[in-house]
Amino acid sequence: MTETEIRHMIADILGNIVPEADLSTVSDEEDLREALDIDSMDFLNFVVALHLRAGIDIPEIDYPRLRTLKGAIAYVQQAPTKAK
Amino acid sequence: MAMANASIIKDVARFSRRPNLVDYHAVCAAFDWRKARALLDGLPGGRGLNIAHEAVDRHAQGRLAGRVALRWIGKAGERREFSYRDLAAETSRFANALTGLGVGPGDRIFTLLGRVPELYIAVLGTLKTKAVAAPLFSAFGPEPVATRMQLGEARVLVTTEALYRRKVAALRDRLPTLRHVILIDGGEKLPGTVRWHELMDAAGADFTIPATAPEDMALLHITSGTTGRPKGAIHVHEAVVTHHVTGLYALDLHDDDIFWCTADPGWVTGTSYGIIAPLTHGISNLVVEAEFDAQTWYSILAAERVSVWYTAPTAIRMMMKLGADAVRGYELGALRFMASVGEPLNPEGVLWGIEAFGRPFHDNWWQTETGGIMIANYAALPVKPGSMGLPLPGIEAAIVQRRPDGSVAVVEEPMVEGELALKAGWPSMMRGYLHEEERYRKCFVGPWYLTGDLAKRDAEGYFWFVGRADDVIKSSGHLIGPFEVESALMEHPAVAEAGVIGKPDPMAGEIVKAFVALKPGYTASEPLRKELLGHARKRLGAAVAPKEIDFRANLPKTRSGKIMRRLLKARELGLPEGDLSSLESDEK
Repeated sequence: MTETEIRHMIADILGNIVPEADLSTVSDEEDLREALDIDSMDFLNFVVALHLRAGIDIPEIDYPRLRTLKGAIAYVQQAPTKAK
Repeated sequence: MAMANASIIKDVARFSRRPNLVDYHAVCAAFDWRKARALLDGLPGGRGLNIAHEAVDRHAQGRLAGRVALRWIGKAGERREFSYRDLAAETSRFANALTGLGVGPGDRIFTLLGRVPELYIAVLGTLKTKAVAAPLFSAFGPEPVATRMQLGEARVLVTTEALYRRKVAALRDRLPTLRHVILIDGGEKLPGTVRWHELMDAAGADFTIPATAPEDMALLHITSGTTGRPKGAIHVHEAVVTHHVTGLYALDLHDDDIFWCTADPGWVTGTSYGIIAPLTHGISNLVVEAEFDAQTWYSILAAERVSVWYTAPTAIRMMMKLGADAVRGYELGALRFMASVGEPLNPEGVLWGIEAFGRPFHDNWWQTETGGIMIANYAALPVKPGSMGLPLPGIEAAIVQRRPDGSVAVVEEPMVEGELALKAGWPSMMRGYLHEEERYRKCFVGPWYLTGDLAKRDAEGYFWFVGRADDVIKSSGHLIGPFEVESALMEHPAVAEAGVIGKPDPMAGEIVKAFVALKPGYTASEPLRKELLGHARKRLGAAVAPKEIDFRANLPKTRSGKIMRRLLKARELGLPEGDLSSLESDEK
C-alpha cells in the first residue's frame, strides 16, 4: 500500500470510531488519543480494525507505536502482510 | 467457576512489613469509630475537624514538613514535587485567592482538569476555606459538564483554556451561579475568566483554617443513577476518618510508603484515595498525568519505587493482554501491596498478579455514596479470587431481601443472593443527595443503607458480587447512567426513542450500547449511525458516549411508555427474557 492509501484507510477506520472528529486538524505527530478525544477502548477498536483492514499482525507490545498518524502509517508500511 | 478457585494464603511471618491488619476478628471486635477519630489531630484548639488540616497542615507543621507529599509526573515525563510544607503554602494561597474572590463556606468549587498539580492544590485549598470541592472528569463532554455544574450550583470553575473553550464557554449562559472561571494556563485572556497565576501570585501563603464542624459539607461527587439526572452525593469533613482508617487497613499504608492510585480525581476513588488518604498518612503520593500504557506504568512502578499500588480491573486486563513477560526486567522490589477497584476483578486478574508481580491483586468494593472502601481483601488475610472480601472494621455489611411491605429481611443463610446493605452511620457515608431529599431517603430502609448491588455472602463471611439491581452501567470502572446517554441521543432530530444498556466486554467490563428507533422520514443507514455516534460523542465525551448503536423499528416498552432496558439487554446477550407481563409494545 502507498502512504496515501494507508492514510485513507486510517481516516476511514477513525471515521467509524470518532465520526465527529476533523482529521484535517490533526498533525502527524500528535497523540491521537488526545487530539481526537478517544479513550482506551476507542484506541483498542482502532488497533483491531487496523489489524483486520491492513491484514497485519499487531502484537500488544507494539500498540504504543500506533499512537500517532505518523507512527501508524510507518507501522503498516513496514509490517509483513499476512498470507491471504 | 470463581468459587472453585482455592484461597490464596499468606505467610505473614515472611512479609517485609507487618501488615496493619493481621487478626481480623480481634481488630473488628475492638474497633470503635470514636477511637479511630483519635488517629487524627483535629483542628488546633479543639476547633473541629477539617480534611485539609489532616491531609496537609498537620504534617507541614511537624516532622514530615520536608517529606514529598505530591510527586507529579507529566505527560512528557517532566516532574514536579511538593513537600508537605510546599503543599501547605500552595493550598493556603489558593484558599486566600478564593476568599479574595468573595467565595466562602458552602460554595461549590468545581475542577475540570487532568491530573495536574493545580487540581490537587485547588481541591485541598477549597477544603481549607470550608467551600465544597467538586472534581469533574476532564473527559466528560459539554453536556455532562453543564448538567453537573448546574446540579451542584457551581460558583467557581478551575480548568484549562482548552477545556474551557471546548466544553464550557458555549454553555456558560446555562450556568447562572458560576461567578469565576480560573484558567490555569493559556495565552490571551478570555472574557469572563481569571488567571490562576495572577490570583496565586497575589495571595499570601498563610491561611488559618476556620473552625470546621465534622458535619460541614466538604465534597460533592456527582454520580449517575438509573433514572433521571445525575445526583450529587454530599460528603462531610468527618469522612476523613474513614479515608484514614481504610488507608490503614485496606491499603495497608505504612509510614515510608510511596503510593500510587491510578484513578482520576473526577471519580470518587481518585479523590478519596488519589488525594486524601495517602496525605492523611503523611506518605508520598504519586500522581501520573498520562493515560494508561502498560510499559510506561511498569517503568514508573520501578523508577519511583512504588510500594502500594491501587488500580483498576480494565487496566489489569489490558496488562494481562500484553502478558506477564512484559513485566520481567523491571526492578519492582519495592512493590509490597496491590489493590483494585472499579468493578469486580475476575479471578484470572487476581491470579495474574501473582504470575506477573509475585503477589495477588486485592480487590475491594465501595461506591460514591459510601465515600470509602467498605469491603476488601487484606494484605495479611487469605484472598478468595473473585470475591470482594470482608467488611472493613467498623462496617457491618449484610445481604438483605426486600419484603412486599417495603421493609427488608436480613439473609443469614450463606450463598443466597440478595441486595448488599451496610449498617448506616460510618463517617464517610453520604449525608444527602443535593436538593433531593426523597431520592436520598429511598436509599435507606430501617438501619440499612441499600447499595443497589446484588451479592452473596459465603460461610466465612466473604462477599461475592452478583450484579447491579438497577440499570447503571460500569464501563472501565466509570459509572454511567443510561438516562443521560438516552437524553443526548433523543436530542438528535432523527431519534424517536433510545434505550441504552451495558454490554459485557472482556476489557472494559461493560461498554455503552444504544438501541435507537427513528422518527418517520428517517431511514436506518451507516451514515446516520455515524452521525448519531458523532452527535453523542460531541455532547457526552468519549467516557460516556455509546460505543455501539443499533437501529430498531420500535423499542420494547411498558404500558406507561418506559423503555425496558432489561429486555433489550437480555436479548442482546441471548438470555431468558424473564417476566414480560409489563411489556406493552414489543421490539421490532
